[in-house]
Amino acid sequence: MRYQFITAALAATAALQFAGPAAATDLEVTHWWTSGGEAAAVAEFAKAFDATGNHWVDGAIAGSGDTARPIMISRITGGDPMGATQFNHGRQAEELVKAGLMRDLTDLATKEHWKDVIRPASLLNECTVDGKVYCIPVNIHSWQWLWLSNKAFADAGVPVPKNWDEFVAAAPALEKAGKIPLAVGQQAWQTSGAFQVLMVAIGGPDIFKKVYGDKDAAVAGGPEVAKVFKAADDARKMQAKSKVQDWNQATNLVITGQAGGQIMGDWAQGEFQVAGQTAGKDYTCLPGLGVNAVIQTGGDSFYFPLLKDADKSKAQEVLASTMLSPATQVAFNLKKGSLPVRGDVDLNAANDCMKKGLDILAKGNTIPDTNQLMTEDSLTQVNDLFAEFFATPTMTPEDAQKRFADIVSKAD
Amino acid sequence: MTEQTARRPSRLFRNLNAKIASIPMILNALVIFLGGTIWTIVYSFTDSRLLPRLNFVGLDQYRRLWVTPRWLVAVENLAIYGACMLVFSLIIGFLLAALLDQKIRFEDTFRTIFLYPFALSFIVTGLVWQWILNPNFGVQHVVRSLGWTDFAFDPLYDSSIVIYGILIAALWQGTGLVMCLMLAGLRGIDEDIWKAARVDGIPTWKTYLFIIIPMMRPVLITTLVIIAAGIVKVYDLVVAQTSGGPGISSEVPAKYVYEYMFHAQNLGQGFAASTMMLLTVIIVIVPWAYLEFGRRK
Repeated sequence: MRYQFITAALAATAALQFAGPAAATDLEVTHWWTSGGEAAAVAEFAKAFDATGNHWVDGAIAGSGDTARPIMISRITGGDPMGATQFNHGRQAEELVKAGLMRDLTDLATKEHWKDVIRPASLLNECTVDGKVYCIPVNIHSWQWLWLSNKAFADAGVPVPKNWDEFVAAAPALEKAGKIPLAVGQQAWQTSGAFQVLMVAIGGPDIFKKVYGDKDAAVAGGPEVAKVFKAADDARKMQAKSKVQDWNQATNLVITGQAGGQIMGDWAQGEFQVAGQTAGKDYTCLPGLGVNAVIQTGGDSFYFPLLKDADKSKAQEVLASTMLSPATQVAFNLKKGSLPVRGDVDLNAANDCMKKGLDILAKGNTIPDTNQLMTEDSLTQVNDLFAEFFATPTMTPEDAQKRFADIVSKAD
Repeated sequence: MTEQTARRPSRLFRNLNAKIASIPMILNALVIFLGGTIWTIVYSFTDSRLLPRLNFVGLDQYRRLWVTPRWLVAVENLAIYGACMLVFSLIIGFLLAALLDQKIRFEDTFRTIFLYPFALSFIVTGLVWQWILNPNFGVQHVVRSLGWTDFAFDPLYDSSIVIYGILIAALWQGTGLVMCLMLAGLRGIDEDIWKAARVDGIPTWKTYLFIIIPMMRPVLITTLVIIAAGIVKVYDLVVAQTSGGPGISSEVPAKYVYEYMFHAQNLGQGFAASTMMLLTVIIVIVPWAYLEFGRRK
């Protein structure tokens, strides 16, 4: 009798274990989202994943993607893979996928109809290698924004500019009022990012696609791009006094009204939000620098390294579908300041700037991100060039353009 | 006695314990150091990207390396930093040691103070000096708030002198150790030599320059090797202080290697750069080793 009772109890506990949400599995997720707005956004992922009964182990790597990616890659190639990891849309993980180190998510993708819900379709194409899906896009980030501090312009007694040329014209007034006209963090990726934004705004999307996409050195050395370098020279003079390193420190200069503006991707929006500022009232955003309103389809994707542990592999699938679920997409992207990757979600809570972005996206005015067009190797050389250009007042735009064309001719 | 000579073991088995004990170290040196080095050199002739692959492209990586402005800046910086570091840390270190050697009071206290920076890592040193040299709250700010309002001192934000800003931090961190080594060398000199020099009426500075320093040769060599190794591998100090900026004006070779291997996902280029670093070390060491050990034969 007693024996039976114990067996029954044991069976019950066993049954309980299976009945409940599959026993909590720890899954380590690495990413480089550490600024205030970013951390708030990633907490939404963690919350949603924990709600499925699993456990999100946060593997945030401070610094920037430039610091984090080498660590992630060496962990994956070194045989100590994490459960999931962030990369930017594009070619950063290309070789890892080709080497068979990443998990094939095709089954899940077909089951959940990723092809139908993810827009623009190019995002899923980026994740697809030889017909198999290897990653899941979670947001759309665009570089093409100019953030302006309304307070700085009010202090300087000039109206808030509506495009790049007006901004350049307002620079002397800002300087007279003791403001830094343009805030730029001194990390290399920020200066080269600002340059390619200028290229889209001044040269136009076609020039951008020819230079970064087709690697056309003749165009890169031509008169259209010369105009872009002229604008970069203006930008260089306007940022001469901004001696900060990180992008969010530069954004903070704009938030506090010490700087007039910043060319930065829409991830800067999260910082304005954390600081409690309202779009339109405290700050102004100009997509495409107010000239060519386009959205770059850059952003972040999650890759899932191939794991041996069956439980963890299962948890990977749960995480992937959690990240793409409409509720998580809305919660995450509102905090992040980015646009959701699916068009069928309700974004009424979005602020003015995000709505501008969604509008452009709906019209289909999109261009690819540099990460999708060039390899890390070529992009590093471009970054090095602009780091040098922005820090060396004696370097002429003509010299810089010559070297740029040279890099483009050898790029892949 | 005769019995022992008869059973004298062959050379190979003499000191067997010691030989067995050193096997791990020998293997380590052969497999990890030598093997790793050869592997790196071989792959520097390939077009390996994120993952190593044996697709030989000849000297392409080296050709690209020597036209890359960032590498050229890095090499130039290392040359300036290396020369200054070697000269100044030896001179300052020796002077401090000589001063401490004058049988002063509180010698222990001073020695601790001078050596203390060495206990800090390069990262901490770099951050501390980044703050000290920051124009908004470092030296420049302090001097300006004392009244000299047009005083300007911000080496870390001036591309032409940024490497000296890094040098200051490195000297602050490293001279303490040089001083201690030198002091040990000075203490190793027989007291009678000093007495003899005094009897002969040789001035103190001459005694140091012509008698003591030549006698300290072994200590000097040790110090030189330690400083030189520190120079070639300088990386963390730069990362903490300027992360290569402004622009690329404080880049160093080790940083180039790291960033091209892991961040630019171009192993071949990183290997080529590290092979060049190895080559430089060999060019410096071989003639010296030849003089040092060749002469003894």
